[in-house]
Amino acid sequence: MERFTLANGLRVVLAPDRSAPVVGVAVVYDVGIRSEPEGRTGFAHLFEHLMFQGSANLEKLAHFRHVQGSGGTFNGSTHLDYTDYFEILPSNALERALFLEADRMRGPRLTEENLRNQVDVVKEEIRVNVLNQPYGGFPWLTLPPVMFDTFPNAHDGYGSFTDLESATVPDAAEFFEKYYASGNAVLSVAGDFDVAEATVLVERHFGSVAARLAPVRPGFDEPDLTEERRTSYTDRLAPLPAVAAAWRVPDPIADFAGYLPYVVLAEVLTDGDASRLVERLVLKDRSVTSIGGYLGFMGEPFEVRDPTALLLQAHLPPGGDVDKLLGTVDEELERLAEDGLTAGELARTQARMATHLLRDTDAVLSRTLRMAVLEQQRGEPGLLNELPVLLGAVTEEQIRAAAATLRPQRRATIEVIPGAAR
Amino acid sequence: MSPAVKTVTTLPDLGPTTTLQLPTEVEQTLPNGLTVIAIRRPSVPLVEVRLRIPFGRAHTARAAMLTQTLLSGTDTMTSVEIAAELQTVGGALSAGVDPDRLMLAGNGLVSGLERILEIMAEVLTAARYPAEEVATERARLVDHIQVAQSQPSHVARTALLQRVYGKHPYAVQMPEPEQVKAVRPAQLRALHSERIRPAGATLVLVGDIQPAKAIEAAEQILGGWAIGGDVPASKWALPPVPALVPAPLSVLHRPDSVQSSLRMALPAVPRTHPDHAALQLANLIFGGYFSSRWVENIREDKGYTYGPHSAIEHLVAGSSLTVAADVATEVTGPAMLETLYELGRIASLPPKEDELEQARQYALGTLRLGVATQAGLAGLATTYAGFGLRLDHLAEHSARLAAATADDVAAAAATYLAPARAVTVVLGDAEKIEAPLAALTPIEKAQQ
Repeated sequence: MERFTLANGLRVVLAPDRSAPVVGVAVVYDVGIRSEPEGRTGFAHLFEHLMFQGSANLEKLAHFRHVQGSGGTFNGSTHLDYTDYFEILPSNALERALFLEADRMRGPRLTEENLRNQVDVVKEEIRVNVLNQPYGGFPWLTLPPVMFDTFPNAHDGYGSFTDLESATVPDAAEFFEKYYASGNAVLSVAGDFDVAEATVLVERHFGSVAARLAPVRPGFDEPDLTEERRTSYTDRLAPLPAVAAAWRVPDPIADFAGYLPYVVLAEVLTDGDASRLVERLVLKDRSVTSIGGYLGFMGEPFEVRDPTALLLQAHLPPGGDVDKLLGTVDEELERLAEDGLTAGELARTQARMATHLLRDTDAVLSRTLRMAVLEQQRGEPGLLNELPVLLGAVTEEQIRAAAATLRPQRRATIEVIPGAAR
Repeated sequence: MSPAVKTVTTLPDLGPTTTLQLPTEVEQTLPNGLTVIAIRRPSVPLVEVRLRIPFGRAHTARAAMLTQTLLSGTDTMTSVEIAAELQTVGGALSAGVDPDRLMLAGNGLVSGLERILEIMAEVLTAARYPAEEVATERARLVDHIQVAQSQPSHVARTALLQRVYGKHPYAVQMPEPEQVKAVRPAQLRALHSERIRPAGATLVLVGDIQPAKAIEAAEQILGGWAIGGDVPASKWALPPVPALVPAPLSVLHRPDSVQSSLRMALPAVPRTHPDHAALQLANLIFGGYFSSRWVENIREDKGYTYGPHSAIEHLVAGSSLTVAADVATEVTGPAMLETLYELGRIASLPPKEDELEQARQYALGTLRLGVATQAGLAGLATTYAGFGLRLDHLAEHSARLAAATADDVAAAAATYLAPARAVTVVLGDAEKIEAPLAALTPIEKAQQ
């Protein structure tokens, strides 16, 4: 793995792997949902769409056509703390991908027509994923406002239609100017290439991007909860009840060692039929139809900054009793904290986690993206390869201590009342 | 300070075309009829496991319940023990079913391959379908089906399948809750005994393995899977799918829906048909990828929709092409207009050379992406095996994609993409969308 920084401040990670003739290219900007201005909910995501609408040397539609016409695929996605843009292509198209990313890093073509078109597209995206969908936005959009009080952490990251419709071209220009700086970005390339050749290509395409410094990133921390918060809403399309609960966890970056046990704990609780909560709630009590547990509202344990949370999310059978369910979860967490784990329980959970991590890195695109974010948030892309060992080193004592912190008074809970119950 | 490097303002050329690298498939059919295919990709120390068992014409509710409870316990292990034992080697297994096959799929640390195969063998030969677990899973499946039935994509697909397949077994792919409630453990044991058999089944192993050794392990562990009853496989053969019968556009009412789900079925051909490559290219040019006419039109120009897509779906008894878009209620008519226009255009006029080349490069390139992971290889090898094909079919298909001419593509489009041949359903707020749709084409209001 090679790391270097261009004169304009762009950080670069190169990870060659000649096992298949494909290459992944990603540019990650250090701006996400938490950084969008008040009155402009959904703007980080809308702006991501605008980055595909043409740039100095690329007409509208050209980006898509060049990537796909080279045999590749592309996308972008907006997260709480970052926005990524990526391509995966046959390796003979590497230079094309670098050209395409460099061109838009110099500035997208921001026009009124493209803005209005993409506001319409984003509204359809929200309709198909949230408004026209049972459990739409549950819990990633519906739980943060229960847990958090400040705008950056609590607001709807997809955006209100009013805010989206109010967005202007000058807003977009300002957003680009502030956040899409070379010093605020990471370029990551993984797959089938030669490091020396790729280094030359990176310099050729990105070397002339104007040097601009990263803005100062404010802290988004909030105090932990000291008493339970709970709310509910009716989903008119949902046929069955559902509930999600979250507890704050240590800072994933500043206190990485303190954070890791929670990542393992989520799996001890919910990974498969032999996990604590699946065995108790799904198989024994039949109080839930399904339950999942994960770190971070978007389920990305190693791509999120503070403040973040451990989440549990469950779907209940008709007439399911949420109070009773939460009581059982508390009981199981207490039991885990007090009695510890059974023989082999931790080791097998860690073995399965190792498989998940390795499997993820087999895909060149996932490797490209994860290295980019690890570089951006931690300056440590190589952490990707160390994670199986680090998670494997988490001890039973640490799991028990982590479980002991998941008390009801620190919990934020959102309940879905089924408006379409039969 | 002036920049150190001059800005590049033109699109760089592609490097020399990469070759399609296909790994070697090592294959052996065991005496009990199970075919084992092993493929080495040592990128990460894992193994992907896929067992495909032909399952056509199986009773839909019983088949769904069987997959839900296959891992719920054996003569010697409980469901929790099965899951824990698999986890111990970094593994997990899950079962699924479609109208053609049952699939037992999983992965784990390559060091655990033998243990995973042992547990598979245990499940295949000694699954018990305990009454308690069956009752639990029955209730879960009923809940799951209820949730699916609240999703517009599921409702629209169900309606389309019924119209396309009529009385063919493919017409119903998910059971009704009432049918699931009627399933009993004895029926699952009978179905297992009758259909979970090695003859005609394929086991695919991909990963950091030595293929010969992996096959040896599979033979040792699964060689004892009994051949079973004397019902000939032909009893379960599916009849060919019926030809599409064009009908008025069917409107399904979903009160207050903020979007309309447009779904169209068109004819298609199997992977080995001489028209397949040309049809794939025609579909790409029409709506099969982002840089297609239809997507550029209704999304990037008009903003009617987010993720329109058009794809060929292959099933053992026949192939079809599905066109799908979810559009804002108020633009349902205009979105249908543009869809009919783009289908009509590709069916009536030959594509331009640059459009064809772009689609061709995409088709050839994405073939390479699809086989660049262990999971991708395992999925493709298993799917192909279900159609009697092996990975070398990719090379043949590549050659056909490379050779297809604009005339071939125009002929395929005229044959298969003509809007007059489509069967169409639209799920949405009928009070708002009926009149705009009726202005374009005859409609009928669906019975629900």
